[in-house]
Amino acid sequence: MKRKLSLLLALVMVLSIIAVGCSQQAPAEQPKEEVIKIGVFEPLTGANAAGGELELEGIKLANKLFPTVLGKKVELVVLDNKSDKVEAANAATRLVDQDKVSVVLGSWGSGLSIAAGAVFKEAGIPAIGTSATNPLVTLNNDYYFRVSFIDPFQGNVMANYAFNEVKVKKVAFIIEKSNDYSVGLAKFFNDAFVELTGDQNAVVYTGYYNTGDQDFTAQLTGIKASGAEAIFAPGNFTESALIMKQAKELGINLPMLGGDTWETPEVIDIAGAAAEGAVFSTFFDSNAKLTPVTTEFLDAYAKEYSGKEPAAVTALGYDAYILALNAIERAGSADPKAIRDAVAVTKDFPGAAGVVSLDENGDAVKSAVIKTIKDGKFTYLTTVEPIKK
Amino acid sequence: MSFQTFLQHLVNGISLGSLYALLAIGYTMVYGILRLINFAHGDIFMLATYIAFYSITTFLLPWWAAFLIAIILTALLGILLERAAYRPLRNSPRISIMISAIGASFLIENLAIVFFGGRPKAFPIAPIFSKIVRIGDVSISIVTIIIPIITVIALVILNFIVNKTKTGMAMRAVSKDYDAAKLMGININHIISFTFGTGSALAAIGGIMWALKYPQLIPLMGVMPGLKFFIAAVIGGIGNIKGAVLGGFILGLGEIAIVASSPALSGYRDAFAFILLIIILLVKPTGLLGQNSAEKV
Repeated sequence: MKRKLSLLLALVMVLSIIAVGCSQQAPAEQPKEEVIKIGVFEPLTGANAAGGELELEGIKLANKLFPTVLGKKVELVVLDNKSDKVEAANAATRLVDQDKVSVVLGSWGSGLSIAAGAVFKEAGIPAIGTSATNPLVTLNNDYYFRVSFIDPFQGNVMANYAFNEVKVKKVAFIIEKSNDYSVGLAKFFNDAFVELTGDQNAVVYTGYYNTGDQDFTAQLTGIKASGAEAIFAPGNFTESALIMKQAKELGINLPMLGGDTWETPEVIDIAGAAAEGAVFSTFFDSNAKLTPVTTEFLDAYAKEYSGKEPAAVTALGYDAYILALNAIERAGSADPKAIRDAVAVTKDFPGAAGVVSLDENGDAVKSAVIKTIKDGKFTYLTTVEPIKK
Repeated sequence: MSFQTFLQHLVNGISLGSLYALLAIGYTMVYGILRLINFAHGDIFMLATYIAFYSITTFLLPWWAAFLIAIILTALLGILLERAAYRPLRNSPRISIMISAIGASFLIENLAIVFFGGRPKAFPIAPIFSKIVRIGDVSISIVTIIIPIITVIALVILNFIVNKTKTGMAMRAVSKDYDAAKLMGININHIISFTFGTGSALAAIGGIMWALKYPQLIPLMGVMPGLKFFIAAVIGGIGNIKGAVLGGFILGLGEIAIVASSPALSGYRDAFAFILLIIILLVKPTGLLGQNSAEKV
């Protein structure tokens, strides 16, 4: 009896591992037919899962609309990087070594993209970032590109908003220490804000937390006593939602400012009324129809997911896919090197989330959108044009 | 730091500490009886929150019924876990049971990812729990007041069970010597099931309180807190219920104190917990209230 039970348990364990494995590589393999493989590198479990799923939604939608290129079928190889930097490098290795993809799309989360960047570079496989905004993702990496703007711009946009629109002169930071995106964005905000105010000490409090932390009362109590007039809290949406909630509970009614990661429905679900009035910068809004492709994307999305508003990162997932297809067409082959060269010279490519022109680092130069949370919904505030060099 | 700020930090620390304490009790109880570090305790804690979540959102039960069901089901799950993963190994070397516990923990986490999905869920909070009391500039949420009270009640009840009842006497006997207890006519299986049931029910109560305070559920939410509960139990002297409560408060207050004293250190609060663990193990391996030969329940 005991033996049977332990056997059964062992069986359940093995099955669960298989089940987890299967769920991560959705499309079944079709060996005979000639296909072009596109790797999808996204967090589908762990702290960033919601972001990864939203981007995957966009990639799959684009794949459904444009399933072939150069007369061949496109096969998506979806790998979960588990919101973990070590797992990210493993997943990247698997994509290039085992699955032998021609081009990779993703990831949500700069830290995950940075962790995988070296693998793609070494293997000579081009990667098109979706919403990873930290400059280090593409810097010194000829194989990483992205369809989103980068954090120096985003930090600048939010610092200007805080200074000119919210009209505050002292801010507090809460930074997700283990997240390159959060640390970077806070730095760029700081640089811009110090310059705007002319005050070296314009940031009156800088607190940190780790990914997965749930208690922020100590940092928030410190902020309450610091004399800050606004809180800038770039970071993962799950922790950010708890920060908003706990701030309200502690009687802190300061404006909450953040970055593009906040645009996930979970922020509103978890923070509830405490999320009201939060302001953040992001990539796209369906009210600002940027290009003809935006309309195409919105129509397809409405058909596929009726009643749902597409998130900005979904549009970016869509853009990464159509850019990859466009580059394969321009290259005329599925050879990674040829695709890389084609992506690198992308100019004025119309995407759902704006026109993509890549600069010398492989970063898209495009406008940012500022949104707020009002009546439990993400609401469009304004569009900020890119800084012309 | 003004006095008001200090008071607010103190309230935050007590609230976090009592939560750690409540959950460390379950950890320590199981260890006391079985000499087993139940690594799946944090995952049992996670399951309880999901059960309560689905009871409220899918089955539309009122919060008190959902909490009751979560506590009962979690207790049953704890008993089931012991039957399936630990009982077959009871006569094996201790290390095998520990590895089995780690396996069970991973199994539960991965099953949770498959069944519940990786995206965080917002725990529905009844309005009664979202009230906030303000005294001067100090804000205290209702949950923050409830948690220490529940912790103290749990401590008193457990102390009574262990020291004043027949079952408690049997538990103490089992913790001293399996075989002798068996010879005295004690049904060991029942006692161990009872211990696991109680420990898991406590994990469920703690989990629900946790979800009311931090209303965000993810399948891996039990991992880091689980380690913290373990540290709290070790600080107080693992196997000692009063020690677990003391350890929980020390850990909670210490974490808040670290962040409060210097914001630059706030990223190191987890490191603080582990450093505390190492220091305790070096200086007083039996923990603050633990004794080498005293009864370990």
